[in-house]
Amino acid sequence: MSGEIAFNPDDKYNAFLTTCRKAPHGTGKLAGVAVAVKDNISTLNIETTCASKILKGYIPPYDAHAVGLLKSEGAAIVGKTNMDEFGMGTTTENSGFGPTLNPCDTTRVPGGSSGGSAAAVAAGMVRMALGTDTGGSIRCPAAFCGIVGLKPSYGRVSRYGLIAYSNSLEQIGPMGKTVTDVSTLMGVIAGYDRHDTSSLNKPYNHTPKADIKGLRIGIPQEYFGKGVDSQVAAVVKKAIGRLEELGATTVPCSIPSMEYALAAYYVTCTCEASSNLARFDGVRYGPAADTKKSWHDAYQEVRSAAFGPEVRRRIMLGTFALSSGYYGKYYAKAQIARENIKADFNRIFADVDVIAGPTMPTIAFKLKEKSDPLSMYLADILTVPANLAGIPAISVPCGKSEGMPVGLQIMGRMFDDERVVDVAYAYEQAVN
Amino acid sequence: MVDAEDQVIVGLEVHCQLDTKSKLFCGCSTDYRSDGPNTHVCPICLGLPGAMPALNKRAIQYAMKVAKALNCEVLNESEFSRKNYFYPDLDKAYQITQYDKPLAEGGYVEIESDEGGERKIRLTRIHVEEDPGRLVHMGNVERGKYSLVDYNRAGIPLIEIVSEPDMRSPKEARKFLNKLRAKLEYLSVFDSEKEGSLRVDANISIKGNERVEVKNITSYKGVEKALLFEVTRQKNLIRRGQKIERETRHYLEARGVTQSARSKEQENDYRYFPEPDLRPLRVKSWVDGIILPELPDARRERFIAEYGCSLNHARTLTGELKLANFFEKVVASDKAGLAPLASTWIADTLIGELNYRDMSLDKVEPAAMTGLVLLLKAGTITDKSGVEVLRVMLDQRLKNETVETPDAIVKRLNLAKTTGDSGAIAAAVEAAITENPKALEDYRAGKGGALNFLVGQVMKKTRGKADPAELNRMLTEALKKREA
Repeated sequence: MSGEIAFNPDDKYNAFLTTCRKAPHGTGKLAGVAVAVKDNISTLNIETTCASKILKGYIPPYDAHAVGLLKSEGAAIVGKTNMDEFGMGTTTENSGFGPTLNPCDTTRVPGGSSGGSAAAVAAGMVRMALGTDTGGSIRCPAAFCGIVGLKPSYGRVSRYGLIAYSNSLEQIGPMGKTVTDVSTLMGVIAGYDRHDTSSLNKPYNHTPKADIKGLRIGIPQEYFGKGVDSQVAAVVKKAIGRLEELGATTVPCSIPSMEYALAAYYVTCTCEASSNLARFDGVRYGPAADTKKSWHDAYQEVRSAAFGPEVRRRIMLGTFALSSGYYGKYYAKAQIARENIKADFNRIFADVDVIAGPTMPTIAFKLKEKSDPLSMYLADILTVPANLAGIPAISVPCGKSEGMPVGLQIMGRMFDDERVVDVAYAYEQAVN
Repeated sequence: MVDAEDQVIVGLEVHCQLDTKSKLFCGCSTDYRSDGPNTHVCPICLGLPGAMPALNKRAIQYAMKVAKALNCEVLNESEFSRKNYFYPDLDKAYQITQYDKPLAEGGYVEIESDEGGERKIRLTRIHVEEDPGRLVHMGNVERGKYSLVDYNRAGIPLIEIVSEPDMRSPKEARKFLNKLRAKLEYLSVFDSEKEGSLRVDANISIKGNERVEVKNITSYKGVEKALLFEVTRQKNLIRRGQKIERETRHYLEARGVTQSARSKEQENDYRYFPEPDLRPLRVKSWVDGIILPELPDARRERFIAEYGCSLNHARTLTGELKLANFFEKVVASDKAGLAPLASTWIADTLIGELNYRDMSLDKVEPAAMTGLVLLLKAGTITDKSGVEVLRVMLDQRLKNETVETPDAIVKRLNLAKTTGDSGAIAAAVEAAITENPKALEDYRAGKGGALNFLVGQVMKKTRGKADPAELNRMLTEALKKREA
């Protein structure tokens, strides 16, 4: 039966930017299920800001493809979740509307950039949420908040309506408390969309299976090396031990190209962002400049005032990297590095079925702990390889360190999303 | 040949709107010209946050038709890139275009050179891109208080055809453009009559000097005018010993001059990079499946062979698709019989009369033209009356009056030749001689002009209806009689 659900959460964590007090819903697989949507995904008639002041008041006249699919399966869109402005960050502190707090420990960040979605699920305000993952933005907050998050293979979920930050890296993906919920949500949002020509006709019709006997798991040395907290590494190793007990075998491996992963990632995403974010000028949407200046100066005024410091930094970096004479040195080089990373994964996947390691090198940071941008960028090292290669990766809670959740990351072959879901499900079933 | 030191070198970049039903990256209709501003728009062509481009296959097919017809090589793989710059008519702040991997390279267009004969103008490339929106300035661009933006045009598919610097005069540039237009029209991918459907940037230099780019030329005639202005300007500078500066200039259509564009917006670094939302195009295999229609050169040769047209008439008649179709309709009922008269009456007389009235060929019924040619062929009316009949028909059409058939006009105005009615001619001859004794004297004195003068007088009296041969015979006889 279709109807309406009331949604009045006690949002102690600033997880939501917008809530819909009465959310209509239809019938279908998600009939009446409250779903939160990250604020960089367009929702018809619901304000969508990417947590940026430059989009304050912007009400999209259309639904993102994934949101349309949610509605057609009966889901109730109950609100828009907080995030790092335009997805640029690993903590959700870069929101133009205040940080989200981690429900497990409110002195800590929930991770980012889909921190609002993760917190809303972790605090039980919604059963499921949509996030987006450009360099770890679903998996990082899932790990920090102790929930499940899947970054699908590039092309399995339509990006139409996702306000682009870095087109060639990002995907919309499901977040939930259980692997089953994440799998259900994935089943609704995956598939071809003629509006996104990078999407593929690979629908996801899968029920998670816990049998992983004979599964070969690659363990890359880089995921347990320098920069990875030893306690986090120990928790994850123990979790992988559980998978072995379930009949999987582990194979040590190495991803030498990871040395260039962060550089390739930050060059690619800043270049694409500098172009994607150029359209925000206050003319067609968002607050206009109160000015009588000519268009050129008015643009400058609006953009300087409304973009946050991290967004401005990345636009500057990307603009520089794409400047005449630098394309070959930066963007083109970064794409070569991506090819090398893909080649490394292909080589490893010739021998193993999945790759496992920690999602994040540490537990959730304290608020304001990552004040210098570079140290924040370094925290993405374990998540960006999957985005650079386009492969699926899931984060599933696998224990605690210092009382905070730790995420086990499972990466799979291109379009083998079902397999990473199965491995996560096997682990989840074994420990519960 | 032109003096080598004064050699003019011209290359063109021609932007043509492809006449597809929907835009390049969305389903919006391209038929926006008669509708209000911002009525043919959607999230995609407005560049709303989150919208993505999806390529219109038809636009690529049209562009490939052009590539094949212009003898270009379609690349194995081409790709779309973003050209990043800020301008209020550009909603995404980048234009999706093709940069280092265009759809096609090479090719040529054959034109009639200034020295006569055919000459190949080589092409560099053809690429596909989206049209930006349009600014409407309130007042004028410098002093107006504000400007309005209309995104109806945003996303209309364009092809940019880039030529090598192979043209040697403004006239050759015009011929190149006319030929290009004809070819595109024959391919049914372009409608030259739609306002703003063609825009040209021209590079022009005098040999040994820097080149100047003239942007913003929006009419066929404008190209020749802008280039003529530049040739004069540049040659004058050289004559005075000044250096030509390498620069971009705008053509001001209304004043017929070019003006230096020394504004900031010209110093753009476009920061091109591949459009991440579109896949590379691998469409070379489509080329073989493209069946080209008869193109202007082939049709010209056929007109010469099939209708016996002169080279010049065939060139004129096939130079525009509509005109060529019109001609063939006019003569369809009796090709061999009507073509000789029809080709000159259409290519020379009709075109002249239409141009004089600034009137489109669409307003002329081929059947009416056939009727007129039949009257001329049967000798029912003289050439002079023929022109009169044509003018009456065109003027009636222009005034939205009921257009009479040529037969009706001949009857109403009593224009039929007076052959057989020699009495009327004889009377006019007698009257002309009697009223002009001076002419008779001159004739007797052997002045040749006198006979022509008297012919004119008789024609006037018979209102052009007299058959010239018969008139001549009767007038000469009458004069001889008086001599005796």
